[in-house]
Amino acid sequence: MSLIVRRIGPACTIQDQGREGYLDQGLSRSGAADLRALYEGAALLRQTPDLAALEMAGMGGEFEATAPLRIALTGAPMQASIDGSPVAWNASHALAKGQRLSIGAVLRGGYGYLHLGGGIATEPFLGSRSTHLAARVGRAVAVGDALEAGPDKGEAGMKIAADDRFGGGTLRVVASFQTALFDAETLARFEATGFRRGPRANRMGMQLDSDGPGFAAKGQLNILSEVISPGDIQMTGTGNPFILLPECQTTGGYPRIATVLPCDLPRAAQTPPGGAVRFHFVPLDEAVALHAAWLKDLGRLPTRVEPLVRDPDDIPDLLSYQLIGGVVSAND
Amino acid sequence: MTCSDPFPLIRTVGLDGMLVTFADTMTEPSNRAALAFRGALHEAGWEGVVESSTSLASAYLRFDPLRLSHAELRERLAALLAERDWYAAPLPSGRRLWRVPTVYGTDLAPQLEDAAAAAGLDPDEAVRRLSQSRVRVLTIGFAPGQPYLGPLAPEFDIPRLQQLTPMVPEGALVCAIRQLIVFAGPTPTGWRHIGQTAFRCFRPGMEPTFALNPGDEMIFEPIERAELDHIRAHDEDGTGGATVEEIAA
Repeated sequence: MSLIVRRIGPACTIQDQGREGYLDQGLSRSGAADLRALYEGAALLRQTPDLAALEMAGMGGEFEATAPLRIALTGAPMQASIDGSPVAWNASHALAKGQRLSIGAVLRGGYGYLHLGGGIATEPFLGSRSTHLAARVGRAVAVGDALEAGPDKGEAGMKIAADDRFGGGTLRVVASFQTALFDAETLARFEATGFRRGPRANRMGMQLDSDGPGFAAKGQLNILSEVISPGDIQMTGTGNPFILLPECQTTGGYPRIATVLPCDLPRAAQTPPGGAVRFHFVPLDEAVALHAAWLKDLGRLPTRVEPLVRDPDDIPDLLSYQLIGGVVSAND
Repeated sequence: MTCSDPFPLIRTVGLDGMLVTFADTMTEPSNRAALAFRGALHEAGWEGVVESSTSLASAYLRFDPLRLSHAELRERLAALLAERDWYAAPLPSGRRLWRVPTVYGTDLAPQLEDAAAAAGLDPDEAVRRLSQSRVRVLTIGFAPGQPYLGPLAPEFDIPRLQQLTPMVPEGALVCAIRQLIVFAGPTPTGWRHIGQTAFRCFRPGMEPTFALNPGDEMIFEPIERAELDHIRAHDEDGTGGATVEEIAA
């Protein structure tokens, strides 16, 4: 039971929640850039969020089913169709043997996800199926690959109302151990600045641009290399911020001004090129409360799944329906 | 230690991390303290702690703030710090000594002479001193399994190059700021390429996946190029001809 890859975008990788416990060996967690999308896919397919899915950066691909299977589509919305008929995003669908699923370019956001019923069952490495391109763990999915599904049973044709997190916005941050390297004026200016996502972005990090001067720390070049967390906002030599993402290095010498909260990392990672981003500092106790609320919300996602009602907006092949068949003309 | 000395310093890292820093520079005692303290954290096995690691002069903990509060963890860390002088603490047990066959200089490692000159030594003397240096894995990072080793003698406090060398191969031995690195993969670098080994730090698909642990020690023993070729031709497990022994606790 698998999907054969017939066509694929340049940056599609298999991702789960990542690999914990190897920080002391210089291996960062990796895992899905948009963790919420993994949970939404799991909710749609009524399975555990620990399973792996295909993360598609910017562009999807074409996939052929070798047997009947269930799929779900979440994260950044992309054009999707099955045998040429458009299908809904943030929904689960059944694929019959031989049917082709086509996923095009991203419409908003950055990372779309293709989930299989039973998950993508590659061999785990150090407890995770996540590819980590920067560490040379796994590789990008290529034409001819077979995405094997794990054991599966269940329904398809469900939808979930997704949180809109695909156009940038305000990201809540906490101060971290190097925040004090920046003076009060720089921190205030950082929080007041409207940033735009720059062109340089991948799973390691995302560059932000702004007008006006950069954001330098005191003694920027002389600090000792220190531990990095995903979500850290690193100031490079030019004072341009980078938000560090799941494939970030484990240590680094550039100072970090703050850390994006896990609950806002999906929004950060999904910011499209040019998307507007602002930062808002929250106190640590408030951040812990937001984190607890976020985890609770992820846990409740399965209760938000409902049948994909075929209202006219959802009917992809509306034009082919005989909507007026049998209707008597008013002029008759 | 005087009252004005801020170290050891406990600080938060993002939402779910805590960092205990023993100095703002890499010194033998600060690295020793970080390794020993992290060893003690590991042994303590506190509920809610997810993982720990060390950097050059700090120990780091990642934890679940919903199971272990910041205030509680900070208190526990302060109590553990007060238990002893961590700068004089013995290093964790279970450490190993690696002897790694290394070709110094030649076209395999073309920046040896440059490094020797920066250290004020002739190349033969530089090789003699480097190959007799027993260095410690100060930390592992930047790339999976990749060790930062030191400290070397003060003459090797040579700066990084302004101009990056576009690519050095896996197993390259490079030098700067009284430290050595064995590169885990091909990479551009500003450190000078002084030796070449067949030692693989990161061995996906093999057991163990990671060769080294922080606190291990290494000696890079000089060999001729023909020996390295021989080692490479017969190396199946990535050790590159290295031998390993336990360091008595």
